[in-house]
Amino acid sequence: MKIIVVGNGMVGYKFCEKLTSQSIKCQITVFAEETRPAYDRVHLSDLVNGKSPEELSMSSVEWYRERGITLHLADPVLHIDRCDQKVTSFSGIEAYYDYLVLATGSAPFVPSIQGVEKDGVFVYRTIEDIEQLTSYAKKAQIGAVIGGGLLGLEAAKALLDLGLEEIHVIESAPRLMPRQIDDRGSQMLKSKLESMRIRVHTNKVTNRIIGNECISGVQFADGSELFLQMLIISAGIKPRDELAVKAGLSVGAKGGIIVNEKMQTSDKNIFAIGECALYEGMIYGLVAPGYEMAEVAVAQLTQANKRFSYYDMSTKLKLVGVDVASFGNPFACEPECKTLILEDKNKGIYKRINISADGKYLIGGILVGEAKDYNMLLQITKNKILLPPNPEDLILGTGGEGKENSATKITDLPEEAIVCSCESVNKGSICNAIIAQNIESIEQVKKCTKAGTGCGGCTPLLQELLTATMKTQGKYVRNVLCEHFQYSRQEILDLIKLKGFRTYDEVLDTIGKGDGCEICKPAIASILASLWNEMILKQDTIQDTNDRFLANIQKGGTYSVVPRIPGGEISPDKLIVIGQIAKKYGLYTKITGGQRIDLFGAHLSDLPLIWEELIAAGFESGHAYGKAMRTVKSCIGSTWCRFGVQDSVSFAIRIEERYKGIRAPHKLKSAVSGCIRECAEAQSKDFGIIATEKGWNLYVCGNGGTKPQHALLLASDLDEETCIRYIDRFLMFYIKTADPLTRTATWLNKMEGGINYLRNVVVNDSLGMAAQWEAEMQQLVNTFKCEWKEAINDPQIRKRFCHFVNAPMEKDPTVEFVPLRNQVKAKDWK
Amino acid sequence: MNWFLACTEQDVPDNGGACIKYKNEQIAVFNFKRRGEWYATQNLCPHRQQMVLSRGIIGTQEGEPKVACPFHKKNYSLQSGKCLNGSEQSLKIYPIKVENGMVYIGVEE
Repeated sequence: MKIIVVGNGMVGYKFCEKLTSQSIKCQITVFAEETRPAYDRVHLSDLVNGKSPEELSMSSVEWYRERGITLHLADPVLHIDRCDQKVTSFSGIEAYYDYLVLATGSAPFVPSIQGVEKDGVFVYRTIEDIEQLTSYAKKAQIGAVIGGGLLGLEAAKALLDLGLEEIHVIESAPRLMPRQIDDRGSQMLKSKLESMRIRVHTNKVTNRIIGNECISGVQFADGSELFLQMLIISAGIKPRDELAVKAGLSVGAKGGIIVNEKMQTSDKNIFAIGECALYEGMIYGLVAPGYEMAEVAVAQLTQANKRFSYYDMSTKLKLVGVDVASFGNPFACEPECKTLILEDKNKGIYKRINISADGKYLIGGILVGEAKDYNMLLQITKNKILLPPNPEDLILGTGGEGKENSATKITDLPEEAIVCSCESVNKGSICNAIIAQNIESIEQVKKCTKAGTGCGGCTPLLQELLTATMKTQGKYVRNVLCEHFQYSRQEILDLIKLKGFRTYDEVLDTIGKGDGCEICKPAIASILASLWNEMILKQDTIQDTNDRFLANIQKGGTYSVVPRIPGGEISPDKLIVIGQIAKKYGLYTKITGGQRIDLFGAHLSDLPLIWEELIAAGFESGHAYGKAMRTVKSCIGSTWCRFGVQDSVSFAIRIEERYKGIRAPHKLKSAVSGCIRECAEAQSKDFGIIATEKGWNLYVCGNGGTKPQHALLLASDLDEETCIRYIDRFLMFYIKTADPLTRTATWLNKMEGGINYLRNVVVNDSLGMAAQWEAEMQQLVNTFKCEWKEAINDPQIRKRFCHFVNAPMEKDPTVEFVPLRNQVKAKDWK
Repeated sequence: MNWFLACTEQDVPDNGGACIKYKNEQIAVFNFKRRGEWYATQNLCPHRQQMVLSRGIIGTQEGEPKVACPFHKKNYSLQSGKCLNGSEQSLKIYPIKVENGMVYIGVEE
């Protein structure tokens, strides 16, 4: 079978990829207009931020060769002969087909404005367009974009990134993004953009482009003028159907090759896919439906049964840093529906939801400025989930996280609400199955009801339903570790200590079942390390990757190395050593947030060599790879600073030396500030210390991360010894009782009684554990050994640091680096 | 099919994996000692195209042996290669046998 593909954009490429992954015999020939094989047009704007055209590439000439595809670049098809089933290209190649696939895409629509041919007027479609406008932008201060749609705003962002001083967006419609959002949403977006040097003009029709050879301004229909040095036209797309028209195929009145649900044109041997295809009167200008069309076309050639149908155009994106989302029918209005609107000009948030006239269902909506609830709202719309009595809570929130929102609790929904739309399973049948079949795990729910087995998007809802239903049955919902252990972390820790287990296998054999998994293995490895402090690589295969190789895995499979630099204090000699090692092994270096130096891009087999040199220079492991005590940040304090009241660096070093590497349910960070100005940011740490005139204030359970939380004051004006004793107790209490992967902040949030209870335990010793915890901590401190020192001195362990076990000297040939500001970075993944 | 001598039994850690180079292929070999079973799959995780599966933690899900990719914890069945917690492509599975302490992988000729 001979197949010819006309066009090598993203969709044309996807077609080739899908077709060659099928086992059918065919001979594929591709004719492309551009000079390079398919690239990622969606991320074109990344070019102005320093990405190279190669990085946007989706395929290579080799890729086509390996698959036996003949690729003609820069050689567009000029003629189709439907009788002989033959095409003729620009260079004169003639080729015969059994099936022809038109993936000619679209071209920017350029309105016929006088002067549009002047220098400094650009479109925004190809790599060449971007390259040209990038070099032109160097001599421009003021730029504008005609078109305030999705792509127009992308182009405006590009001008912003190119450093233009003043940017204008000119839209002839009354609002921005007219296909996605309404007038009020547009107003909100406009005010956000204007706070970022982007001026928005709506209802402005451009009449004429002013200037001699180069553009110097534009004149509008209302007579006003705007002076500028460059202009991008992004006023929509027009399907590339000229070839189809010449060949006599049916096209739409406004352009586009008419296709049926099999992507066949009016000639059944010719398919059209992507932005050139017109399906039921609509051009789909997004890449996802284009890919879907490619799959449908492939299915026809492989006798599979797949049809294209209306594609949901709901979308969420970040435009110039502003979240914008639109789902379902965003514009539905009365009497078909009732509309609820939240407008917060203070925070720059606009939310609109359209509810069916009977108040039961969500039809669609718009979110501008904040779109974290997009997925949930989309689910409710698509699944036709019955709305709660107060649907306004869906957009109001209750001040907390989305999940705590009472309106979105699944328990409030009626029995007939569809929870899983893929398998159309409703809430009632899931609850009944849970009760009747005594279900206690999410896997069992999926097995028995089929819910959650399609796209999986409803799994969190299923979990919520399961927990709630089990509660109504009076069942205790145990916080068990995983399917292999019917105990919580705290229970397992107590059992291991009581029975004196030293290995994972002993623990699994005695109190677990089955063969373990990636949840219980590292969790128990952490408990064993917290209790006994033995070399973790004695049981290397139960450790998470980072712990297993004592380094942090990074994109591409190389590792990063962080030597310990206590308190952030380092001598010039040691700095030089780090620099020399980085140079020798070709590592990218960066200062970390914790006042250390991270060296990236180390091959697995180089890790022991690097550490040999670091250790010889007096460095120790920094445990940046472990769920362990990491670093104690400090400000310079009273030794140099005119404001400092205590020697914060010395105390930070003492703290770091004491607790370094101690393994815990999650990573631990600390800091010491030398005065109330708090330059070390101690209040954002798991435990932070701030100097006072009389001593030290101890703060605990702070956190950065997704939900920043300030640490709370545990005790004031402590001397160093007391401060350390309190930290001993605090850390041991945390290590013993927290769930796996729970930071101190979350641990405290879940603790009944909160900080007052914690203070009672730590300061007033209300549990009578203080002496024991202090002794246990001292034991951990006494048994500290640098893991890397042990690793490089143990030939058995060292042997494990190679990529190929049957070719230990060879490095992974797939590792690739790309240049970045005189250093290297990992190649981006797909 | 050809049996290719990959490594010795001791080269692969108990209840863990190692990576084998075969021509231009990378093959992850797993010694599931607890079950007395050996498995071989492609080393590439289809999710982000990373050559790391041999460094993943192995275990079971409801009795089915699996490996978890170290990057984003995508789970794949060691028996069928199927992705167990997502819609990633399946892994290529290789026949494997151990004789006299030597590990052999079945490769296409």
